[in-house]
Amino acid sequence: MKVAGPVIKFGNNIDTDVILPGKYLVLVDPHELAKHALEGLDVNFPEKAKKGVIIVGGRNFGCGSSREQAPLALKYSGVKCVMAETFARIFFRNSINIGLPVIECKGISTTVDNGDELSVDFQTGTIQNLSKGKNFQVAKLPSFILEILSDGGLIENLRGRLKK
Amino acid sequence: MNITEKILAKASQKTMVQPGEIVDSSVDMIMVHDLTGPLAVEAFKKIGKERVWNSQKVVVILDHQVPAESIKAAELHKTMRQFAKEQKLRIYDVGQGGICHQVMPEKGHVVPGTVIVGADSHTCTYGAFGAFATGIGSTEAAAVFATGKIWFKVPKTIKITVKGKSHKYVTAKDIVLNIIGKLGVDGAIYKSVEFSGPTIRKMSIAGRMTLCNMAVEMGAKNGIVEPDETTRKFLQSRVKTLPDFEELKSDKDSTYDQTKEFNVSELEPQVACPSSVDNVKPVSEVGNVPVEQAFIGSCTNGRIEDLRLAAEVIKGKKVKEGVRTLVIPASMEVYKQSLIEGLTEIFTEAGALVCGSACGPCLGGHIGLLASGETCVSTSNRNFIGRMGSKEASVYLASPATVAASAIKGKITDPRTLEAE
Repeated sequence: MKVAGPVIKFGNNIDTDVILPGKYLVLVDPHELAKHALEGLDVNFPEKAKKGVIIVGGRNFGCGSSREQAPLALKYSGVKCVMAETFARIFFRNSINIGLPVIECKGISTTVDNGDELSVDFQTGTIQNLSKGKNFQVAKLPSFILEILSDGGLIENLRGRLKK
Repeated sequence: MNITEKILAKASQKTMVQPGEIVDSSVDMIMVHDLTGPLAVEAFKKIGKERVWNSQKVVVILDHQVPAESIKAAELHKTMRQFAKEQKLRIYDVGQGGICHQVMPEKGHVVPGTVIVGADSHTCTYGAFGAFATGIGSTEAAAVFATGKIWFKVPKTIKITVKGKSHKYVTAKDIVLNIIGKLGVDGAIYKSVEFSGPTIRKMSIAGRMTLCNMAVEMGAKNGIVEPDETTRKFLQSRVKTLPDFEELKSDKDSTYDQTKEFNVSELEPQVACPSSVDNVKPVSEVGNVPVEQAFIGSCTNGRIEDLRLAAEVIKGKKVKEGVRTLVIPASMEVYKQSLIEGLTEIFTEAGALVCGSACGPCLGGHIGLLASGETCVSTSNRNFIGRMGSKEASVYLASPATVAASAIKGKITDPRTLEAE
């Protein structure tokens, strides 16, 4: 499983209220949620993300609420993957469960610039910075998490497991 | 093993677990609310199972957008009522419950030593009763509906020992804000936080709930307090059978990732300034901060003890002209008690508005949102950009005593100074 795309960078402690403000939690359609992705920091984010991007964050990305609408908004706005130094745990689990790849990568926020083209191979844990010609190696996600991601999310994964 | 490890070991049918180990845990109780429940229902229907694994173990609480403020919210509520009816689930509807994290223990759904998950980040509140409780998302909630199981990585634990007797207007909220200010908003990321020490043992259930509630604001997976006689007193009329609390004590040779000690004898009231919960200052260093709104309520500080404290500060005074003061009891039980004790009258006489039990302005969804350029001093748990409405508004977090004093003075105020007047 691989994804590639240009980077949009954010700082430390990006919280779920700036990723998706509470007033939009009554929206049900993920495409509607996507129109407000990261509205708290950049109202033009959905436009920038449309063609497919990789978010690189600092420490504690996705802190705050358990709202799954936050990673849903990112996924449907065009985010292919979120990489960060560390994640808030509920956001991390939510992302995997809705099939948005997330990967923890120490040092990523200081060595990657906005617009760099990254390629991520989840099976091997290899991250390539195609713009700078540099490679990173990160700890692979546990195999059961990789299975959830490759199935497209927890529900699809669970359906498969329950059929067996 | 410490208390968290003991609970996770039992729930995953192991004699021993270690930090870092991934366990497949059984779930004793799951809660969803009106903003996370509908997505969980949709996901559950996709799984293809007709019934939830155990209808006695799923609780639905409508608390965020209640009573419905829009047709969209009304539709979400309808979805949850239908699901609860189909699946024969316990549902606390408008006027019957209140804020989920207050209702869960009040109605006996929280038992020490159990594993509780909730589709809300402040589910960690139930650690105050010695349960392992943590927040999850909607899809994961759907998977629990279907299986009654969830995976956890056994967390490392930070032990926080609190000593000293603080001033009566320096509360559990001030203590936990002080801790978060020192540890940082990611200071306990992926970890468990165990609160212990003489100050915790003397602390009310309400105070312990405030501590554990805020554990997630330093990134913790769960906050927890060993259950004791205080826990028993609160729960004995609410829970049918309580477990042996001795078995839930952390072993003397438990290992901790870190141990921290806090002495609160000299602690000043604390304030978390915009826009991060760890931007904490003693109230004396906050400076001149006029406020347009003061909010007393939320799952952090809407309990009867909080209302009593705020009423004590406010009694016989008027809120400053230009300060909209909202008081929201955390549950209908608190609401009724506030009426019986005359607190509602004290607030009303002072010019505050007492609203029905709900999450209110805390998450900026419903009731009391802020306009651009406005400032709110609040007893809630988050001061993020845009949390309470406009992203150009500012939120300061403080205790019920500090918020009440600030409502009277029209600016952020040390409640101890009003006592002297």
